[in-house]
Amino acid sequence: MMMESGTRVTCRYAGTDQTATYITDRDGMAVIKLNSGYNIGVDPACLTVVALPERAEAVGVTVEQDPSLPQLSIISTGGTIASRVDYRTGAVTSQFTADDIMRAIPGLADIAQFRSEVLASILSENMTPAIWQTLAKSIFTEIKNGAEGVIVTHGTDTMAYSAAAVSFMLDTPVPVVFVGSQRSADRPSSDNVMNGLASAAAATSDLGEVAVVMHASTNDDACAIHRGTRVRKMHTSRRDAFQSIGQAPIGTVAYPSLDVSLTKDAVRRRPETEPVLSPKLEEKVGLSTFYPGMHPDLIRAFEGYRGLVVSGTGLGHTSAPVIEALRSLTDAGTVVVMTSQCLSGRVCDRVYDTGRDLLAAGVVEGDEMLPEVAYVKLMWVLGQTTDTEEAARLMTTSLRGEFGRCL
Amino acid sequence: MADYDYAKLGLKAGIEIHQQLDTREKLFCHCPTVLRDAEEHNAEFFRYLRATVSEMGEIDRAAREEMMVMRPFTYYAYDTTCLVENDEEPPAPLNPEALALSLTIARMMGMTPVEQVHVMRKLVIDGSNTSGFQRTGMVALNGSLPTGERIESICLEEEAAQRIEDQLFSLDRLGIPLAEITTAPDMHTPEAVKAVAAYIGMLLRSTMQVKRGIGTIRQDVNVSIREGARVEIKGVQELRLIDEVVRREVQRQVNLLAIRDELLARHASVDEETHDVTALFTETGSAILKRAKTIHAVCLRGYAGLVGREIQPGRRLGSEMSDYAKKCGVGGLFHTDELPAYGVTEAEAASLKKAVGAGPNDCVVLVADARKKVVCAIAQVRRRADMARDGVPEETRKMLEEGSSAYMRPLPGAARMYPETDVLPVTVTDAYYDALVLPELLSDKADRYVRDMGLDASIARQMVYSRQCQLFDEAVSRGVKSTLAAHTLLGTLKELSRDSADVAAVPGEALVDLLLRVEAGTVAKEAIPPVIRALSEGQDIDTAINAVAPSVSREEVRAIICKTIAEREAFVREQGMRAVGPLMGVVMKELRGRADGKVISELLKEEVGRIA
Repeated sequence: MMMESGTRVTCRYAGTDQTATYITDRDGMAVIKLNSGYNIGVDPACLTVVALPERAEAVGVTVEQDPSLPQLSIISTGGTIASRVDYRTGAVTSQFTADDIMRAIPGLADIAQFRSEVLASILSENMTPAIWQTLAKSIFTEIKNGAEGVIVTHGTDTMAYSAAAVSFMLDTPVPVVFVGSQRSADRPSSDNVMNGLASAAAATSDLGEVAVVMHASTNDDACAIHRGTRVRKMHTSRRDAFQSIGQAPIGTVAYPSLDVSLTKDAVRRRPETEPVLSPKLEEKVGLSTFYPGMHPDLIRAFEGYRGLVVSGTGLGHTSAPVIEALRSLTDAGTVVVMTSQCLSGRVCDRVYDTGRDLLAAGVVEGDEMLPEVAYVKLMWVLGQTTDTEEAARLMTTSLRGEFGRCL
Repeated sequence: MADYDYAKLGLKAGIEIHQQLDTREKLFCHCPTVLRDAEEHNAEFFRYLRATVSEMGEIDRAAREEMMVMRPFTYYAYDTTCLVENDEEPPAPLNPEALALSLTIARMMGMTPVEQVHVMRKLVIDGSNTSGFQRTGMVALNGSLPTGERIESICLEEEAAQRIEDQLFSLDRLGIPLAEITTAPDMHTPEAVKAVAAYIGMLLRSTMQVKRGIGTIRQDVNVSIREGARVEIKGVQELRLIDEVVRREVQRQVNLLAIRDELLARHASVDEETHDVTALFTETGSAILKRAKTIHAVCLRGYAGLVGREIQPGRRLGSEMSDYAKKCGVGGLFHTDELPAYGVTEAEAASLKKAVGAGPNDCVVLVADARKKVVCAIAQVRRRADMARDGVPEETRKMLEEGSSAYMRPLPGAARMYPETDVLPVTVTDAYYDALVLPELLSDKADRYVRDMGLDASIARQMVYSRQCQLFDEAVSRGVKSTLAAHTLLGTLKELSRDSADVAAVPGEALVDLLLRVEAGTVAKEAIPPVIRALSEGQDIDTAINAVAPSVSREEVRAIICKTIAEREAFVREQGMRAVGPLMGVVMKELRGRADGKVISELLKEEVGRIA
């Protein structure tokens, strides 16, 4: 039925006339909001229009900026930190501008002055390498233009991929902080305010690398600062889903004090250094998880790819038939990097015969790299060089703290 | 308290009844609906909550007020709670068992089901919900009671977390399904409110699927009088107080209206100026004032005597102002209607009045605390004082002991409702609704027990309200006499329980089995209490009967009787048949319920007859 959200209606229902506000259609039912605030679904035929929707004044409160505070940039890509309900589907979608984020998180204006840019309004599962590149370029431009720190709001599903991608594409002298929320911003218990404030505190801190700042525990007492190449979403729904793997977080932001502490491993801010952007990515790179019984045809499907990361078992293993398929790939010039689905720990293909066979098949050991990080890194490495040996050398060199104890 | 002419005052009252449902799982997760001892918690965490904007773009006024002070809330979690209660996981689909039960209740009151139930988030940021909202869905509309009062709606809601103290909550209760039944404001006397609450309570109990015990059913009462305002009083847990709550609210509104009239007659007003009077109290005997960093005062012109006037037992207009001020985190306030007192001298009160330029008709209110809280609190006092000239403010209040009430927050508006985007709507078809099986009302059942079983009316009533009612029905349907079943299940169990037997541990099946054996004559009626006690200690029925009351043959009974008579032969010869009564007691004691009294009596008469 064609009716605008907000139309006042009456509905003959249960023997009385209910006055209500029309909200949307859902599964053939009209969803109306009763005066009590409850929504119910009714037969659209029962509705009579009483009045058209009232035009609400646009709420355009400008946020006061304090010029004495550090200059930060917020680049918004979407995600739950800035989302609200969509009347059409009744589901949560991301559709706020960066200014809305400032309004939604009172207190930001006390930490810094902000420039803002909406780069995308997407759920993070729709993120692409092309957007990573645009993002890296935008961050680079913001830093060139004097931003003392950059905050990227991002959906949490693929935030770790984006953080890793930006880590490799951009050598940054200032903090680049990815932040999101695990509970949508439209609920009183959302983690968006605390995460948002902590990200701003981290972005004004002495940090000088790409990081993810999210809840450290289920309590509202601190956010952890994770290195962009070491972090992984480890829970589907908890606030503290993001964990550093293979190393401790590189810092914390206490709440509500917003005091930032950095470990000695954290790369520090380098005020006199210019950012360096190397945004080229090779998109013909794949990521494949090995499992018992995996058909080698699945590996052969990557024929023609320039790179493939395998998430193997244990120390970095696959079955013998898969090794044969991998050998055909390397023979044809594909760079194959082995990581482990254990996530924690180093790949070592010199202990068992299988591992030695993999090395003999030309597979490169991915050290401690998380499979996703190795995937992103391989895209970047193959974007920088066409030489497979050079690519293998770069893959086994820690460039952004993606493995090894410290930089 | 003098009773009012309620018709003349235009009393309109309605109630909201919140009843916990006894479902297997919670409303939006698969946790059991069991309450726990706070000491059993196995985790705790803390959070902050913030008011959010509604889908219509407003912040609810009640939520805004709760937000005045930002407080961390701590929660206890248990091995019977999960990430849903912790607000760390999206909710599961609406519990179908709870929906069926709430719709059954709806059908019992002739209501129309909602065709498509939408779960909403009702903003509640007092900490009692980890999410900051209570999930609730309207399931049915428009019904009525046999006495004519209309039922406006039934909502299926999740129960809030239990407050242990201040800002500490227990998550065991959070998420238990609640049926919220709202009546129209159709009651016009306090007694009518009580009668309707009692009837709905009986109707709910009739489903046999509601929780029982203190706190499992709570009434909110809505009261207004002509020229007054709609006031909602929350948390009436005891039916016996509900009419008193209505009486006292009427009294409060009547008194507030009288205060309004007097304020208007006096052309009363509230000063816009706030005075910092901290310096006046540096040497005071009042500990609170002496240690306060900041003391601010506001002069209420023409309010003298009215701020201290009682409007309800134990409550004054000053108490109302104090409740408003407490929203800013202060402990309370002082006003000159009650001074000198609390360590403040007459001289200090006088210098206070002088400092703010107050005359004899004026009342000065002061608040002492940290500066930020004081500024907020004085603004609240001013707001409440201004409201007094308009009469009665619309409010949500909480019941105090014995039926008076204190201010909680403004009446919430529709702005506190937001769609629960994580739960899909549920369609209720006519076929589904019509197929719901309606239980027999307890009142009808009690009548039936009297009519068909010949139970005494008061026993019948006790039986239908008892936890043992289903067991009673089963025992009777399997052939146990209703009087024996009722006597055992109501009387014997209670006596044993008083005697510290754990009767709850006795399986119902064993009880019915025992009663059937008594009816068959293989166990003596007298053996019922000791056998139940043995059952409560974990013995199976055969072991229990053998241990306590091994059945004794007629000949064994006769042997014991002969032995008893032989020991008292002289007495028997002297008394003749009159000895039967005293001997009966001796033999019964010897047999301890192992033989039927009738048999003993019969044999005793025979044997005594032989001698006499």
